[in-house]
Amino acid sequence: MSAVVESPTKILDGKCPTGDIAMRWETRKRELKLVAPNNRRKFTVIVVGTGLAGGSAAASLGELGYNVLSFCVQDSPRRAHSIAAQGGINAAKNYQNDSDSHWRLFYDTVKGGDYRSRESNVYRLAQLSTSIIDQCVAQGVPFAREYGGTLANRSFGGAQVSRTFYCKGQTGQQLLLGAYQALMRQVTAGRVKMFARYEMLDLVMVDGVARGIVTRNLVTGKIESFAADAVVLCTGGYGNVYYLSTNAKNCNVTAAWRCHKRGALFANPCYTQIHPTCIPVSGDHQSKLTLMSESLRNDGRVWVPRNKDETRPPGQIPEADRKYYLEEKYPSYGNLAPRDVSSRAAKEQCDAGFGVGPGGQSVYLDFAAAIARDGESTIRAKYGNLFEMYERITDEDPYKVPMRIYPAVHYTMGGLWVDYNLQSNIPGLFVLGEANFSDHGANRLGASALMQGLADGYFVIPYTIADHFARNLAKKKDEKLSTDHPAFKEAVIESRNQTEKLLSINGKRSVEQFHRALGKIMWDKVGMARNAAGLQTAIEQIRQLRQEFWEDVRVMGSPDSLNQNLEHAGRVADFLEFGELLAWDALQRDESCGGHFREEHQTPDGECVRNDQDFCHVSAWEFQGAGQTPVLHKEPLEFIECPLTTRSYK
Amino acid sequence: MIAPAKSGLNLTLKVWRQSNREASGEFKTYELSNISTDMSFLEMLDVLNQQLISRGEEPVAFDHDCREGICGMCGVMINGQPHGPDRNVTTCQLHMRRFRDGDTIVIEPWRAEAFPVLRDLVVDRTSFDRIIQQGGFVSVNTGSAPEANSLPVPRVKQERAMDAAACIGCGACVAACKNASAMLFVSAKVSHLSHLPQGGGERASRVLGMIGQMDREGFGACTNTGECEAACPANISLWNIAVLNREYIRASLASNVQ
Ligand SMILES: Cc1cc2nc3c(=O)[nH]c(=O)nc-3n(C[C@H](O)[C@H](O)[C@H](O)COP(=O)(O)OP(=O)(O)OC[C@H]3O[C@@H](n4cnc5c(N)ncnc54)[C@H](O)[C@@H]3O)c2cc1C
Ligand code: FES
Repeated sequence: MSAVVESPTKILDGKCPTGDIAMRWETRKRELKLVAPNNRRKFTVIVVGTGLAGGSAAASLGELGYNVLSFCVQDSPRRAHSIAAQGGINAAKNYQNDSDSHWRLFYDTVKGGDYRSRESNVYRLAQLSTSIIDQCVAQGVPFAREYGGTLANRSFGGAQVSRTFYCKGQTGQQLLLGAYQALMRQVTAGRVKMFARYEMLDLVMVDGVARGIVTRNLVTGKIESFAADAVVLCTGGYGNVYYLSTNAKNCNVTAAWRCHKRGALFANPCYTQIHPTCIPVSGDHQSKLTLMSESLRNDGRVWVPRNKDETRPPGQIPEADRKYYLEEKYPSYGNLAPRDVSSRAAKEQCDAGFGVGPGGQSVYLDFAAAIARDGESTIRAKYGNLFEMYERITDEDPYKVPMRIYPAVHYTMGGLWVDYNLQSNIPGLFVLGEANFSDHGANRLGASALMQGLADGYFVIPYTIADHFARNLAKKKDEKLSTDHPAFKEAVIESRNQTEKLLSINGKRSVEQFHRALGKIMWDKVGMARNAAGLQTAIEQIRQLRQEFWEDVRVMGSPDSLNQNLEHAGRVADFLEFGELLAWDALQRDESCGGHFREEHQTPDGECVRNDQDFCHVSAWEFQGAGQTPVLHKEPLEFIECPLTTRSYK
Repeated sequence: MIAPAKSGLNLTLKVWRQSNREASGEFKTYELSNISTDMSFLEMLDVLNQQLISRGEEPVAFDHDCREGICGMCGVMINGQPHGPDRNVTTCQLHMRRFRDGDTIVIEPWRAEAFPVLRDLVVDRTSFDRIIQQGGFVSVNTGSAPEANSLPVPRVKQERAMDAAACIGCGACVAACKNASAMLFVSAKVSHLSHLPQGGGERASRVLGMIGQMDREGFGACTNTGECEAACPANISLWNIAVLNREYIRASLASNVQ
């Protein structure tokens, strides 16, 4: 056998335009090549995922005249995980006349991300945010309005202006339905072909360029491949590596991970977001966690009893015996401190023995003051559906008793590495939405994921994908690549083999048991607070668990039928590889920043201590084989517009 | 405050099992013991599946995703009622504290010609997508939108639009209707868009297109029994069907005149 040649570490170039930050996107648009309308139908684009990113991308590319193939795992594109977003979407419209601007949204996002995002990308995001609202309103998204008929706003964590647009507690639903309806319109127009209940299992590359995917038809089990001129991955985040999270049950890392195994770099996997306001775990049967929107922190006050041995019901604890720890510790942001800060503060209180509820694993989110001030009907109008959901799950009435909340895994800032054009290091593979790493640094601000997904899909990819076609494929536009090409055949066989292998082990433990075991390792040692020893142990334990999985998993049923157990098995197999990379990245990033909190690096009062000297870069990992040490590539980050400072919300 | 831990429920489940679209299905009976009342209905089915797998039997297939009542993916008939006994609740948000020790629970898929069963409790609802494709949108290409505040919308209209737009597309309305009509689903979209100025330009083509497709998919006629509204987990009101009828008459008259 030939000796393994290790890929040398590279310095990555995000290929951002230079010059005035406000002009960079304009500059780039001038540089990008175009495809003429009559030529567009000659190019086929595969868009994987129909959430805000994928739905908006597929619809917009269809409108432009490209030939689009759209895939999702749910039975309808309308059900992507984006549908569950509750609170809202940010945009720098400054409708409230409170001094908002592109620059301020940009600044808040860079600061909120703890100076680990790319300035150029974030500025573009802030600029595009306003067009998103225009587009969504035109589609009929019923955003909340003032009595005079103009659009209303609320404020969200990490900002001192009101720039969040919302549709009751169902903003994600309404934005997604807007994108979905636009997508359905393109299906009727014949520009988009829809493949629902299809799971992408692999990326197909020809001559180093992404040219197609392998899929499993989730109804018939058929494994087949599709060829195209570009692949746009919009497959969401990997929060379910923790088993318990606020993500929908079908969220997975499979599509991104299989691209990673084909050479796509995975950036900053350790940047995960723990949301401070979720309904606490109620027992071992728990299958997912439910978020209570951050918007509740506008009116709810977070507190714990001052005395550890408090036994009175919350309503009978007098003010003097309550500790409003966020208001005390962060007077200028109070209950609206950013997510990472608020989550850690809750953990700190519970770890110190002040927590409430069973096992002391929760804190109060109290609306009594807001109800006394504004009346129950006002609070009901704002949050009625959230309160109902809370009561349904916990059997407690939040109008009478404070909610109990605890942090839970919610969002993943890491993802496949992309350049400014949202292209991965594999030409022809573009990555949008939560699946990429680009805009949120080490922590995402509330109401910014919806903004990013739609900015990527409606307003970035339509421009940048044309450049790829015009530069790299213009001469080939009339030759159609067929799936008879050996690269497709081989990839299909590999996917079939993996499926058969999973079904043939016939061990003793179920996929679910393995997933829960992995989740426990991740939450205990790679969760809200991490340290070197714990991370090393986690890596050992994940390796061990992965080995056991391939020896002892029991997957029922046949390959050629609707088989949810098999689907889950494939996803857990990928999580078992990916979890190790996440822990490895967390171990290597020997600093605390945003959602990545290394206990070794904190101030005396528990705040993050960054190490800008050594870690002001994106860590992008190159796969070397499961269980093999990945190769690190670095993209240095520069902070010119927002000079590096210690983040403070005090 | 926190209710003391109740002892678990012992349940008998009668579950529809069907291996694929063409196969004929049947009910199978399973016993479960010590089910926590804090579990959701789907977590109870997770427990059943865990047991089936450990016995070497195939788990029961059922659709679900968000488990928060918003994606519309879940939905089964529980003792003859879509999404079970609670009003305004999806299957995933139904909790086991609604059941009593010793209960027998009959679990079936949605039954409708336009929703063929794919396996066990999983049905094919792509007919809903095809209805939306026939006009359930505003024809506005990306990039061509005017400034968002240039067209004020009275708050009452926006709120009515929002209430109708809250439909999660689960199909419970169809499953509840003795005619398997999709009127509540169609009316929610028509009503949402007809309340907003943005949707105004295509009012006629939208309602005619969507109703036409509904008929072609094999959904039944609406005879105003209101079972759909009672079963709807998203609180979609029958009033939307009145809006739909008005829109339909308006559009038909206009097309007759033409
Ligand atoms: C409970 C909750 C509330 C939230 N609230 C807010 C909020 O108020 N504001 C905000 O800005 N953000 C919010 N977020 C975050 C935000 O919703 C998500 O980050 C965002 O919607 C992700 O969109 P996406 O398009 O990237 O991916 P998703 O919506 O996750 O879509 C992924 C798509 O990929 C498909 N897919 C996945 N894997 C495969 C595969 N292997 N093959 C084929 N298809 C595949 C899926 O079918 C789906 O269509 C919230 C998140 C949660 C969990
Ligand atoms: S699983 Fe999403 S509504 Fe029930």
